[in-house]
Amino acid sequence: MGSLKDIVNSLFLTELRKGLAVTGRYFFARKITVQYPEEKTPQSFRFRGLHALRRYANGEERCIACKLCEAICPAMAITIETGQRDDGSRRTTRYDIDLTKCIFCGYCEEACPVDAIVETRVYEYHGEQRGDLHYTKPMLLANGDRYETQIAEDRALDAPYR
Amino acid sequence: MDALTSFGSELFGVAWPAVWTLVRIVAIVLPLLLGVAYLTLAERKIIGFMQVRIGPNRVGPLGLIQPIADGLKLLFKEIIVPGSASKGIYIIAPMLAFAPALAAWAVVPFTDTLVLANIDASLLYIMAISSLGVYGIILSGWASNSKYAFLGAMRSAAQMVSYELAMGFALICVLMVSSSLNLVTIVQAQQSGMFAGYGLNFLSWNWLPLLPMFVVYLIAGMAELNRAPFDVAEGESEIVAGFHVEYSGMAFALFFLAEYANMILVATLTSILFLGGWSSPVGFLPDGIFWLFAKMAAVLFLYLWSRATFPRYRYDQVMRLGWKVLLPICLIWLIVVGVWMMSPLNIWK
Repeated sequence: MGSLKDIVNSLFLTELRKGLAVTGRYFFARKITVQYPEEKTPQSFRFRGLHALRRYANGEERCIACKLCEAICPAMAITIETGQRDDGSRRTTRYDIDLTKCIFCGYCEEACPVDAIVETRVYEYHGEQRGDLHYTKPMLLANGDRYETQIAEDRALDAPYR
Repeated sequence: MDALTSFGSELFGVAWPAVWTLVRIVAIVLPLLLGVAYLTLAERKIIGFMQVRIGPNRVGPLGLIQPIADGLKLLFKEIIVPGSASKGIYIIAPMLAFAPALAAWAVVPFTDTLVLANIDASLLYIMAISSLGVYGIILSGWASNSKYAFLGAMRSAAQMVSYELAMGFALICVLMVSSSLNLVTIVQAQQSGMFAGYGLNFLSWNWLPLLPMFVVYLIAGMAELNRAPFDVAEGESEIVAGFHVEYSGMAFALFFLAEYANMILVATLTSILFLGGWSSPVGFLPDGIFWLFAKMAAVLFLYLWSRATFPRYRYDQVMRLGWKVLLPICLIWLIVVGVWMMSPLNIWK
């Protein structure tokens, strides 16, 4: 008698009424929308956003131009040129990240032996012209200087898991 | 009112009846268009709420200016005519879709006296006019010269023809029990009856004795409007947007207005034919236009609710439902009502 039951169910719109009941319940449910500019979702300390180049406490830049980040970058977003500085140390003469290519995988950060290139929690940045999202070495160093406290804090929080 | 009439005929002379009719038309059409605008907002809000979102809330308080912003945007957009389109028909089609949606309101009664044209064949007039709307859709699909638009138009035509039958039979049942084509009389017929005598007027309305027809009318109405879950004519996931893919700007807005104006129209007709129009649900409350609006809002909410709930029917399922389910139900209930009226148990004397 399965088919008879099916006919009765379809005539009395049983399934449809169940469906309506579900959406009807959700009509009164608490809304979970996050009203973005005013409200923000909580971030992990591992959040991967805008890149930054860090410095040591004495002001010396960390990057030693080993090019590991450039090699590992799956999107080939990093371009590095190296040279010898006056004091004889090996340094980058050019360190560019094309943020339009970057996929924010965090491999550069993982590959870096001296924790020079990092990804910060910053995600609210924009470019208004072509090239605005092409970050050069001074820009990345400036990012590092600006967000150093947050960066150091996040690395310290992550350290126990490494 | 008499003072206004005498003042008007002094001012305008012989042109007064025309002016007065025009004023009354504006008095119906303007609130209707406003209703359409805010129905779109209600739709977005209600569907949002059912999806645990909050819907538009940025433009004005609670998003109340949103429909105006949408309208302005569409107004200022360019109307692009495809190179291979049939230009004349392409431009006329949206108007053909929109005009019947407005014309049908000429005979819709809001209360016993508040009606633009209280004619005896008003239900027939509405059936005839609302069937014309499909021409706009078919012609737009044809004139666009696009395969998606054409598919949408063909689907829409087939669907309208199929569901017009079920709808027509549902209306015939209403005609039989109220023995009139006049919408005012149909409402007045619902105001008396056994339950109305006890003060429970809402049990005397047509929806209860004609319950299957009421459900059929709701479903057929949804299909007639090309609303979800019967929106195969638009079917954005299969045929992009159906008949109006090629339309933009105000031409698109006209289709949009037509769809929502038709929604309000069908909701009003449902209220009038099955839910007692402007009569109050219980005896001790006065009748009034407020009840009609409340009933319309309830039916419209049901449409939006269904849209938030049901997935789209497949095209062949739409046809199956129309021809193999709704039509037989209609025919059976037609006979039941006929026998009922001839039997001593007739409640519609």
